[in-house]
This record gives sequence, structure tokens and C-alpha cells, in this order.
Amino acid sequence: MRDNHPPPPTSDDDHRSSSLPDLARGGQITDSSSSKTRPGPGSSSSSLPQPGSGSELQAQFPDQVLENVLENVLHFLSSRRDRNAASLVCRSWCRAEALTRSELFIGNCYAVSPRRATARFSRVRSVTVKGKPRFADFDLMPDDWGAHFAPWATALAQAYPWLEKIHLKRMSVTDEDLAVVADSFSGFRELVLVCCEGFGTRGLAAVTSKCRLLRVLEVVESLVEPVSEDEVDWVSCFPETQTHLESLVFDCVEYPVNFEALEGLVARSPGLKKLRLNRFVSMPQLYRLMLRAPQLTHLGTGSFSDSEALEQEPDYASAFAACRSLVCLSGFREIWANYLPAILPVCANLTSLNLSYADVNADQLRSVICHCRKLQILWALDSIGDEGLQAVATTCHDLRELRVFPVDAREESEGPVSEVGFEAISKGCRKLESILFFCQRMTNAAVVAMSKNCPDLLVFRLCIIGRYRPDAVTQEPMDEGFGAIVMNCRKLTRLAVSGLLTDRAFEYIGRYGKLVRTLSVAFNGDTDLALKYVLEGCPNMQKLEIRDCPFGDAALRSGLHHYYNMRFLWMSNCKLTRQACQDVARALPHLVVEVINKEDEAAVDDIELLYMYRSLDGPRDDAPQVVTILH
Amino acid sequence: MQGSDENMVLSSEDSSSPDETECHLQLGLSLSLSPYATSSLSSRSWTSSHSHSVLTNNAPTSQVVGWPPLRAYRMNSYNSHAKSQVTEVFNSMVENSKANIAVVRKSSDNGSVDNSIIGKENRNPRTRSSLFVKVKMDGVPIGRKVDLSAHSSYETLAQSLEDMFNEPNTVLTCKVGLNGVNHGIIAGADRHSKLFDGSSNSVLTYEDKEGDWMLVGDVPWWMFISSVRRLRIMRTSEANGLDWKNRTAD
Repeated sequence: MRDNHPPPPTSDDDHRSSSLPDLARGGQITDSSSSKTRPGPGSSSSSLPQPGSGSELQAQFPDQVLENVLENVLHFLSSRRDRNAASLVCRSWCRAEALTRSELFIGNCYAVSPRRATARFSRVRSVTVKGKPRFADFDLMPDDWGAHFAPWATALAQAYPWLEKIHLKRMSVTDEDLAVVADSFSGFRELVLVCCEGFGTRGLAAVTSKCRLLRVLEVVESLVEPVSEDEVDWVSCFPETQTHLESLVFDCVEYPVNFEALEGLVARSPGLKKLRLNRFVSMPQLYRLMLRAPQLTHLGTGSFSDSEALEQEPDYASAFAACRSLVCLSGFREIWANYLPAILPVCANLTSLNLSYADVNADQLRSVICHCRKLQILWALDSIGDEGLQAVATTCHDLRELRVFPVDAREESEGPVSEVGFEAISKGCRKLESILFFCQRMTNAAVVAMSKNCPDLLVFRLCIIGRYRPDAVTQEPMDEGFGAIVMNCRKLTRLAVSGLLTDRAFEYIGRYGKLVRTLSVAFNGDTDLALKYVLEGCPNMQKLEIRDCPFGDAALRSGLHHYYNMRFLWMSNCKLTRQACQDVARALPHLVVEVINKEDEAAVDDIELLYMYRSLDGPRDDAPQVVTILH
Repeated sequence: MQGSDENMVLSSEDSSSPDETECHLQLGLSLSLSPYATSSLSSRSWTSSHSHSVLTNNAPTSQVVGWPPLRAYRMNSYNSHAKSQVTEVFNSMVENSKANIAVVRKSSDNGSVDNSIIGKENRNPRTRSSLFVKVKMDGVPIGRKVDLSAHSSYETLAQSLEDMFNEPNTVLTCKVGLNGVNHGIIAGADRHSKLFDGSSNSVLTYEDKEGDWMLVGDVPWWMFISSVRRLRIMRTSEANGLDWKNRTAD
């Protein structure tokens, strides 16, 4: 096994090189040019080079010039993949890049410590941190597993008082953490929380009241929990004067907001472009807000219903007609279908429509979708049926992303969408790049058809709800369908499989899925060979999440050459033994190998969950008791 | 999607008197239920033809943990519309009664009794359709979440928890005694049999707003809903402080 060190902490999915010296240590080398005057953050002017210590003057001067030139050039580099590459050229490039990186992306909060990250990058203005792996969303991890934002909040507050943006995904964030954010960054502009939990309205209020320059506040699919009986009216906490708000998203907040305060806020936010309301905002209230904000481009419509039918209903369609810039619609949380025609005036310009909380049938959908010629993104419920999918295929020839969610998620159900609608989509929407499709029945033929009709697919996620379900017509495994996808969709980077699959499907993935970075496997495969094919065949694999598959120790060992190149490996309820996990931990010291036993009483050899990831800073110290970190 | 009661295959034979004493609902969990709960249970009983019934739970999720891969948030939202319509009916009925607390019972057509009891306070009503609380079972490392607003009685809740912590292939252990008579005993599970062997060595408890751990079933359902913070399926041996053994439902 190659003795390679993990790449520097901020390498992302795209980073391809594997056998590189550990330049993360570069962060600990003192900056020999620190005696020079440096430009402040965000400034693009170059400084005059100052002499260093005498004996090094001759050697340093040309380097300093080069470094200054480099810094100015590097300011233009925004892609983190490019920056990672630049940082690996030599030490001085590494330093220069570190000083000019303004966006810090941490794909796994435990892969690097806050201290190390802030020590290397001193001029950061925007931070993204991701915590738990995706399968944690499905109750497969203990609640108190970790991904606490608190240590990051503290470190960021110390290192970057000028910080403007924080994006968090699947992190555990408390009200106290939000208070730290609100108190520490006077120029704070943007807070985005996706799939986070642990905070409530009190935390939101801290942000809205203290961050006077706030432009973006987005709480997406997050659990906003009650701290005490009293909720805080966070909307009223915005400053009384005109705000800088451009985006306000709170559609997942499960508490009513103070509508008068909201209306006043919208009225004094002339820059507001994105507004996504929660389901406690009724149709008449939506109407009033839309009249105040005709400049909106993205609108989440709240409940899209009313608690009672009014005597005189406002002309909802006219409110939509007044919003000439609207391109993205979502919400419809408790839709009264007879209100749906109100959106007709904006359909022609819509590029994104999210009806995934709206139980509408094919006819209702058709009535609006037939006007949506420019639609690129559609999320819907399977209540639209195969007929509804056909209607989409007929009109939306520019569609890039489709997601179809099930109304009834039980395995025994007969579903309203099938291979018929699926194939229709493939024929009508040739530019499709991303699909997530839940169904109760599917055929290889339809999947093969999509692989040929939609060669631009980057993301293919098919979820046949009935586990181990074969091709509905031939009763064969679904191997050929998924095989065709990896064979024909040459750009594919993300794949989720389902249905009855043998090792053959994985042989295809290993042979053809050379660009696949994320793979989700559940209740599939026959033997260790399946996982071996993938680990040996897919050099770009970054995130591998596997549950309830008969893969065991031999399969685990077959990936030792690759684990340092991955963000993580998740295997739950497979056939792993503790010993094998221990062996991996010993073989790869920079890997953090977390296991949870099936029964938490005895140290039983059966592993319920293996979650392992590379880290520059060793095992974490905040793991709950049920988690054992092997070494 | 509404009302797990409707899917319960039960006859609504009213066989007991109003002051029915103890009813042990032992679905592997021992729930000593209070008079508030038993007065509705008294209208159901097991018949011999149901002695091997597997109660189907009309919960939105299948019995396999985390499958299909939909976030609880999304699953819950599909329910909220149906529930909120029901809630609004109740709320308007309650408003009409001009009382702080109203007891509402509604019998649906198929004979099952909807025993949701709504408490309404004087200040602005807060309709909150989802009420996910965490559930932890002793000995099981990974906890779950259950949506309490999808239930209207302790029965359905206990059923749901039984499903959650059992293997999908397991036949439920179910023993319901009314008037002290057992109506049906079913073969137990092969896994977790030491937990669900019918000898009820587990007890369902909850933590309330004040942080105290209480036995589930002591208070009316609506009161439980408004004060529960999380659930724990506790080993009987650890539940001594809750004084459940000595409870009778007088």
C-alpha cells in the first residue's frame, strides 16, 4: 500500500492527485515575509516590497516581486480546485495562495481542526462548513453524533473579524453559536443554514437584530426547535430603517411569523429579490407581500391556501403579473388547487418550479406546465402521474433537473408513476442533467432509453421504493439499466441505485463509472465482489454511502489504496467485523475510523455503522459514548 | 393518511363499564394507562379471530429505518395538510364552546373512535402540525424520531414505537387484557427477544417540559402532547422511581 499523506485540508471533490507531499504543513511555516506591509483583506492594491533581514535580501527580492505578482493574479482565481492546484506548485505559491483565498470550503468539519484551517488562511471572508453525512438525515446516526459548529464559531470569530458569509450544511448549530456570529462580525452579510438543527427563533433573532448589514438569511430544510415555550419574534428584530436584505428564506420554519412585521420588512427592503415564506403565510397575506415586492425573482408562496374563502377575493393573478422578474416559484405548501391558475402570468418566464409539496393531479399540472417553455428545474409529487410527466415532456424541452417525490412512501403501494412516464421524460427532455425519481415500478428498458436519450446526465438517482424489486416486466434484476447509465452517460458524477441488483451492476459501475464521485447503495448486491469492483474501478470516488448490503471485510480491505482520496465511506448494517475496521485504522493512520456496535452493551464484533474519513488532526474529542474511534 | 385508528382491525364492541379498571397494553411495552385512555379503549376489544393479527400502522414511513430515503421533514409535510384541515374543524368547534378547554370526540363512520382531545388556550392559537420528538430505547445505540401529531392516542403511539424498534419481519407480541381477561397472545420476535418477549421488561416514559421523567399514559393525550419533550423506552429495572408498579387506574 502506498504510503501517501492525505491532501491538504481544503481539497474538494475535484482534486484528482493522490500522491502528493503534505503541504498542509506549509500552514505552520512562519511567513518569512510577514515583516512586509500587507494589504488588508479585500484590498487589491499591491504593497511595496520591504527588505527582509540583510543576509537574505539578495535571494528574497526577486521572490518577493514574484509573490506580489502571483498574489495579484491569484485574486482572480475563484475555483477552489484551481487554487488547490496552485497551492501545490511550491512553498511560496502555497503561501501566496493561502493569503489570497477569501472563500474557505470545509467539506468535512472533522477533516481539519478550526485552528489549523484559520492558521493557514488568514484573509478569509466567506466560510462553508459541512458536517454530518447525508445518511444521517434518515435516522441512521445517533442524534448527538456531533458536527458542532461551536468550535468553528469561536475560531472564526478570533481569526476573521471581517467575515461576511457563513454557509453551513448538516451542522449542529445552537442559539449561542448564532449569538457568537451576531456579536463577532460587524460586517456580516450572509447566513445560510441547510439541513441544520439545534437552534431556534432566539438564535435567528440574535442575527436579525445585530447584523445590520445583513443581505442574505436563508434557513433551508432545517429543524428550528423550541428552546422554551416562548418563541421569539425574530422578524420584528430587523432594524427599523431600510434594510440591505436581498434574500430571506424561511420556508421550513414551523412557527407563524408576525405578519405585520414581515410586511413592514418587505416594504423597507428595496433590494429584496428572494423571498420564501413558510406555510403559515396565507394566500391573502402573500398577495399583500407581492404587491410590496414586485421586483422579486424568487418566490416561495407559503401555504397557497386560505383558512376560509373570503367574500371578495383579491385578484391573485394580477399580483403575479406585476412580478415581471419572477423566474423561480416554490412553496404551495397547503395548496388549494383552484388558486393554481394565479401563477399563469409568470409561467412563460419560469425557469424553476417546485411543486413538491403540492398534491396536484395531471390535469392541474398540465394547465400550468404547458406554458412553462423555459423551465429548467422541476420538482413535483408523483400525484401528477405518468400523464403529468408526459405533459412535462411535451413542453419542457429545456429541462435540466427533475425531481419526483412520492406522496405515499410505503413499499406495498401501487405508485402513480412508472417506467412509462420515466421514458416519456427521457424522450422529451433531452438536455436532462439531473434526475431524482421515486417510483414503485421500473424497467431496464426505460432506464436504458434514458441513458441513450439523455447523454448529458450528471446526476442519476433512481429510487424504486420496494426493496429488491426487479424489472417490473421481465422480472430480471435492474443490472442492465444501471449499467447502461454508466456506459452511456459519460459525464456522470453522482449515482444512486435501487431495486434488485446483483454484483454485475457494480461490475458495470467499476468498469464505466470513471467520473463517479458520489455513490449511494442500499439493499443491493450479492457478495464482496460488488464493492470491490467499485473501490478498484472508480478512481474519482469521494463519497460512498452503503446501507444494508452483504459486503464484508474482504471488500473493505480492497479499498485501502483509495480511502485517503475520499471524503468518507459510510457502511451501515453490512457484514463488517470490528477486527477488519481495526485493521484499516492501523493501516491508515490519517483515517478516522468511527464504529457503532449493533448492541451497545457488550463489545460485540458486529458493526452497525462504520463511518470513516481522512483527517489531518486525528480523532475528534466530542464523540458520543456509542461511537468508538478505532486505532 | 389520516387516523391510524381507521386501519386498526378491531371490532368496536362496547363491552365494559365506564369505570373500567386497569388495561394493560403490552406490545412489548408496558403501558399502565389512566382512566382517560381506557375509557376509549373500552369500546374496543380483541376478538378471537384477531388473535394473530398484525396491526398495520398507517404511519407515513415503512417499517424499515430511514427507507425510502426521504427526510422526515418532507414526509411530515405531506401529512400536514390533511391534519391541519382536521385541526381547523376542531378548533372552530372549540371556539364555539367558548371554553378554555374543550373535549371533542368524533366518531368516524367505520366505527373507530377518534379520541383526540384538544386543549385550547385563550391566547393566539398556534397550529403546529408536526411534533417530532426523539425516542431512545435502552440498549439500542441509535435513536429515532416519532411524529406525535400523526397519532391521536396512546395505543397508536405504542404501536408505532413497537414497529420502529422491531425487525420488519417480526410478528408483534400483543396481549390486551380487559377486565383482566387475556384475548390473544402471539408468538414473539426472534431478534430482540429479550426485550420483547412479552414479559414486558420495558417501560415507556417521557421527559416533560420541566425536565421530569414520567410514565406515559397517566395524563390525557392532549396534555401529554403539550408537555412531552422526548421519549425513552426504559428498562423496567431502571424505572423504579416512577412508581408504576403500584399504579391503579381508579
